[in-house]
Formats: sequence, structure tokens, C-alpha cells
Amino acid sequence: MIKISEELFAKIKENVIKGRRNEKDEDLEGGSVGEPGVKELIEEALEGGIEPKRLIECINDAMVTVGKKFETGEYFVPDMLASAEAVSVGMDVLEPQLSKGGIKKEKFVVATVEGDIHDIGKNIFAMMLKGAGFDVIDLGTDVSADEIVKTVKNEDAEIVGIGLSALLTTTMENMGVVIEKLREEKLEKEVLVGGVAVSNEYADKICAIYCADAFEGVDKAKELAKKRG
Amino acid sequence: MRKGVLVKPYERLEKAQIEKIHEASLSILRDPGIISYNREAAEIFADNGAEISSNNGYWRISIPEGLIEESVKHAPSVVKLGAREKENSLVLDGKEPRVRFGTGSEANVILDMDVEDFVSEKSGIERRFPVFQRRRGTVKDLCQSAHLCELLENVDFFLRNVNIQDDDITDDNKDVNKFYASLNNTTKHVMAGLTNLEKLDDVIRMAELVSGGRKEPIISFIACVTKSPLQFIKESTQNLIEMTKRNYPVVISVSPQGGSTAPIQEAGTVAQQNAEILAGVVLSQLVREGAPVLYGSNPLRVRMDNLDNMYGAPETNQYYIGGVQMARFYGIPCYSAAGVGDSKFPGIEATAEKMMSHLFSSLSGAQYVHYAFGLLEGTNTLSFEQLVLDDLHVGFCKSMLRGQRIEEELRDSLEDIREVMGTSHKMFTRYARKYLRAGEVIPFYPFDGDANETLIKARERKGDLLAAPVEEIPGDIKKGVFQEFDVLERIR
Ligand code: B12
Repeated sequence: MIKISEELFAKIKENVIKGRRNEKDEDLEGGSVGEPGVKELIEEALEGGIEPKRLIECINDAMVTVGKKFETGEYFVPDMLASAEAVSVGMDVLEPQLSKGGIKKEKFVVATVEGDIHDIGKNIFAMMLKGAGFDVIDLGTDVSADEIVKTVKNEDAEIVGIGLSALLTTTMENMGVVIEKLREEKLEKEVLVGGVAVSNEYADKICAIYCADAFEGVDKAKELAKKRG
Repeated sequence: MRKGVLVKPYERLEKAQIEKIHEASLSILRDPGIISYNREAAEIFADNGAEISSNNGYWRISIPEGLIEESVKHAPSVVKLGAREKENSLVLDGKEPRVRFGTGSEANVILDMDVEDFVSEKSGIERRFPVFQRRRGTVKDLCQSAHLCELLENVDFFLRNVNIQDDDITDDNKDVNKFYASLNNTTKHVMAGLTNLEKLDDVIRMAELVSGGRKEPIISFIACVTKSPLQFIKESTQNLIEMTKRNYPVVISVSPQGGSTAPIQEAGTVAQQNAEILAGVVLSQLVREGAPVLYGSNPLRVRMDNLDNMYGAPETNQYYIGGVQMARFYGIPCYSAAGVGDSKFPGIEATAEKMMSHLFSSLSGAQYVHYAFGLLEGTNTLSFEQLVLDDLHVGFCKSMLRGQRIEEELRDSLEDIREVMGTSHKMFTRYARKYLRAGEVIPFYPFDGDANETLIKARERKGDLLAAPVEEIPGDIKKGVFQEFDVLERIR
């Protein structure tokens, strides 16, 4: 039994690193189609009675390797995102077990602000955030301050932070509006902001945290989660 | 084998126009004919029915059409070029537009680049800038160049690109040393011209020692047979004759200069060049039927301010394409040119000039594109930094030219599109990975920066590459070479 689980852990790690969500997925070279991916492997592990906590550790381990491969230049952004997606699928499979066990995932609300439909940067951030194990509530694009505030209110206790994106100088101002409304409602949540329109100075002005890219965003999100304990 | 890239060639000239140029070349070779400063060549033509008139120190040869058409048929379409490493061998097929790129010229000057820190007097801003120094090329430079080209993926063959001018290099030891320097530092095919015809057999013997007597020759030669317009040079014509007798592949290389030694008009230069090359091909086939030759098309337009060569001129590219199309018409593999910068310095101007010919020469389907790496100031200067940049840009050309796979890709893409539409992020990144891994996608411009930073990054890359060990000729074979030949101690 121990040996089998070791093998399974190794396979899960390997498939996270290869970015294979399920059996239909290709690996980096276009191969492996038909072999079990993260989804099938985690299902197998749960059936075999392996603890969800250990599976999460295993996934985190694999993501550390992915991060290293990216830093050394072996991996590119598409590889990172594929791995992040694989993790996200794995977490979905684990979700019911986690809830049962009373383990709550860290939640993060993500949106492109009102008037703005640009979402590539926001999506990269959201995907990577999921890859880091967060439960991401992606509200999409052109999202009004009211809707963001409403979502935060509903899920208040579990929300670690909010990530806002704006790519137009004109819509950037709506980030300030969101923060004002949050404060009016006494929702003391940290807000990460990003997108080409946004600058460090602007972020300071509205008391938000500036992120130059999605990587920085994920690092800061993890810091927030840690602070919260 | 290095397969090269099979292209769907850009055909600037219509078939009927190619035939007209062919006829024009035949007519040129009858009248005015070609002048030969080489007696043996004149005699060979005379023996085969050409009309010869003797003058003071030269012969005028009027070649009948039948002789040309008959001889050209004997020139083989397929020329095989071996290499120390078998994987690096080339099979050139004159009928198939499959493109490969290599180095070229015998640059006199090496442009060294260093990086220095400067501080602005006005603002106090500190910056790093490249500084350049020109110096004569040496045999060590040739070694380094071959080493660098061994490691750069887009260099398909090594044509010795440094004129070795060390004090102890003489007419007697130059050939052996330039071939040794090249062969010991690269496992790709090596090509060069000969300085001293008496050394031909030495060089061949050395190459055969190195290759272990393999069938396909790991070296081949260039003979610049004519001086434009239409004159067989005494020495290099003799070179062609002797190399052909030994059945070694030879490039019959000519270089008409549109506007000075050839008409400025595209049609005129292409027809004259074609006549010059055909005269060489006929001679080679009369010396030895079936001798392997390459159609050496090296035309260019001259500058109007000083009549120096202008490789970056639009007309140069028109001439290149004409040459490639004529070679394909005869089914003889084409040695074409691309990638010479007129600029004296590496960087923006040089790259603009180079990219134009890299694209057009290869797009037209030349089998063997030389000059493609590192050349500046016409062909006088070699810059290793530019050589590294050119490798990347040639890689861009190769990627652009690779064949399409519409049916297969449509099948995959439709599936991917349906998949992605079902996701929240709607991104295709996952499906890009296998193309990235197959080396088909250049992930980003690796030398990104302002003009200076780009060069500084290229220099770093050069340094990284040269830090790798050289794949030298095995020791026991070297010993045999040194027993027979005078190879300079410092490059052994
Ligand atoms: C692609 C693009 C589009 C696409 C959007 C596709 C999509 N799915 O998003 C399309 C064609 C639809 C589009 C439309 C428009 N666009 Co547009 N677009 C761009 C472009 C070329 C690239 C943006 C992009 O995706 N970049 C790639 C991603 C990866 O980068 P990114 O989003 O910046 O994200 C990175 C970081 O910023 C950060 N990040 C971003 N958000 C967040 C959020 C968080 C929380 C964190 C942590 C990090 C983070 O992480 C990412 C990297 O890791 C930019 C030019 C530019 N240089 O940015 C113009 C640009 C943004 N667009 C512009 C304009 C004007 C428009 C239009 C108004 C044009 C028009 N007249 O219709 C419309 C927008 C309509 C609307 N209401 O929003 C202008 C904006 C100028 C301005 N006023 O500020 C730009 C700057 C182009 C320009 N120079 O003119 N556009």
C-alpha cells in the first residue's frame, strides 16, 4: 500500500509538471494522450483512501519544481499555465473532501473593472492563482464596483484579497471607486492592482498594492494568506 | 544529414523569360565569346569544336550552342557534400529548392568588440557601450569562427571566412593550415578556395586522412573562374581544371558587378553572369564528364559614389533571384549569396541589409546560400557578434519558409478552438507547447534591447558558446596528419 501510494504521488507530481489535467491532455511534447492525468490520478488516490492533505502537499511540491523550471528558463509561460490548470482541476476533485474535512481554501476575488474588457493579464493571474491552490472567484470583465462589493460581502470571512485589472487609463479610475465602496461597507480587504494603465503611484494613491505582473501578484497573494494565518 | 528547408520558391522570372535569358547567354558566348588567359582552357575548347583566336597573352573563345547544351546536360543534379559528423552532411539537388545557409568570404579584418562604461558629462548618467577595434585576421580567428559556427544551429556548412594573415603563414603553408583550422574546429562540411594549386593534393590527402577515406568528400572547393565581364582568369581556371580532374566538388563562382563590370539592368547582369558560369560548367564537363559542380552565383550592384560593392541594394537581390532561377533551369545546385552587410559595424544597418537578402535568396530556393553569417563592410570584415545575430535571423527565415501543413493543423486547431471556448480563460497557450518544444517557435527575441544592449547580449552569447569544448579531430588521426603536414603548433 505504501509503495503504491509513493508511485501514485510520483505520477501526480509528474503530471502536474507536464501540465496534464486529464487523460485527454498532451504533455509538453504532444505525447501521453490516453494516460491518466491529474484528475484521474487524484480520483484514484482518494478511492485508495489517501488523505487530501498529503495530496495537496504533493501538488505544492510539484509546483515548486515548475517554478524552478521557469526561473531557469526551461519553462515558458504556457508551461506554467498548463501546470496551474492541472492543479486547478486537481483541487476541484479534492474540493468535496476538503469541505468535509473542514479545510477551507483561501478565496480570492478577481475582476477587470467596469468599462474595460481586457482580460488576458487578469486571466493569467487567475490561472496562476488557482495553480497556487487558491479558490478563485473570477467575476470576468467590465465588472461594476457594486458587484465586486456584493461578492466580497457574501463571502467575507473566506476572502483573502481582491485582484483588479485595468488596461485603459480611463477605466483605471474605477479601481479607486471599488476601494472607496469597500471602505464604505467596512470591508477591510487588501486589493492587488495590475494592468498597463496602472502605476505604482496610482496604487499608492488609492491604497492598493501594485503588481507589475501576475507572478508578483501570486507572491503578494500568498503573503496576504500567510499574514491572515 | 542536414535536410535544409524545402521552399515553395518565389519565381520572379517567368519560364519564357528564363528561356530568353538562356538564349541570350548562348548568344553572348558565341559573340563576343569569352576571353581566356588560360592556355589549357583555350586548347580544351578548341579540341571540342569552339572557335579560337589567339591574341597577345590571351585567347578569344567563341563557343557553339550545341557544345554548351550538350555539356551542361552532363553536369550532375545531385552533389553530395560529406562532413566529419555524418549528421552534418548535405545532399544538394539542383532540381529541388531546398535551402541551406553557410558562412563565406575570406574576410581580411576581424572587428573585435569590447564593452566599456561611460559617464555622461552633462547628466552623470552611466551607460555601457560597445567599442570596436579592427585588426588583421589570424588562423586563431579562423579556429574560433569554425568553433562558433559548429555550435550555431542555423549554420549548415562552414566556408572558411577569415583570411589568415599571421606572419608565419606563407603561400606554402596557408592551404593546409586553413583547412586544418576549419576541420579541427567544426564537424560540418568545410569549403574553401585554394591559395596555391601545388597544395591541392596535400589538402585532399589531409581531408581523406581526417575522414578515414569516406566516400563523400568532407571538403570542397571554390574557383572564381571568371573576372567579369567574360574573362577566364589564368590561375583560378587552372584550379577548376585540376579540382575537376580529381573529381572534387567545385563551385564555379562568378561575381559580376551591376553598374561597373556588368550591365546595371537585371536582365543584363543575370544573362552575363549565366554566360560566365555556363562557360565554366562547359569547361568542367569537357575535363571530366559528370564532374560535380555548383552554379556559383554571386552578383551584386555597385555604389554610385565610389563603385564599391553594394550588397544591400535592391538590385543585388533581383540578381540573386535571377541566378537561383537560372541554376534551377539547368538543374545544377545553386551556390547563392545572402547576408552581407555594407555597414562597417554590426547592428541595425547591417541587419536591415542582411535580412533582405537572407529572405530573398532563400525564398527563391537556393540550395547553398553562402556569406550568410557575420559579414560586414562588403565582405571585408567579420564580426562574431553580428555572426551570432545572423544565426538568429537566419533561424527566423528558416521558420518563415518551412512548409505549411494546413490539413493536419486544421484538424488540431478546430479541436483546440472547441476546447478553449469551454474554458473561463479562453487561452490557447497549452497547445503552443509542443511547437515550442519541437523547436519550431522562437520563443522571443533573445537580444532584446536598444542597439547597444543588443550587441552586448550577442557578445555574451558568443562568450557562452565559445566556452564549450571543441569537438576536435581524434588524436590518432591528428598524429597522422602532423606526420605528413606542416600544421602550425598553436592550432594543433
Ligand atoms: C490585446 C489588446 C486588446 C484586445 C483585448 C483582448 C483580451 N482578451 O483582453 C482587444 C482587441 C479586444 C482590445 C480592445 C480595446 N483596446 Co486594447 N489592447 C490590447 C493590447 C495590445 C495588449 C493587452 C494585453 O493583453 N497584453 C498582454 C497581457 C499579458 O498583459 P497585461 O494585460 O498588461 O497583464 C500583465 C500585467 O499588466 C499584469 N496584470 C494585468 N492585470 C492584472 C491584475 C492583477 C490583479 C495582477 C496581479 C496583475 C495584472 O499581469 C500580466 C503579466 O503577467 C494593449 C497594448 C499593451 N501594450 O498593453 C492594448 C490597449 C490596452 N488597448 C487600448 C485600447 C484603446 C483599446 C480599445 C478601447 C480600442 C477601441 N477603440 O475599441 C478596446 C477596449 C474596449 C474596452 N472597453 O475595453 C489601449 C489603451 C489606451 C488607454 N487609453 O489607456 C492600449 C494600451 C493600446 C494602445 N496603446 O492604444 N485590446
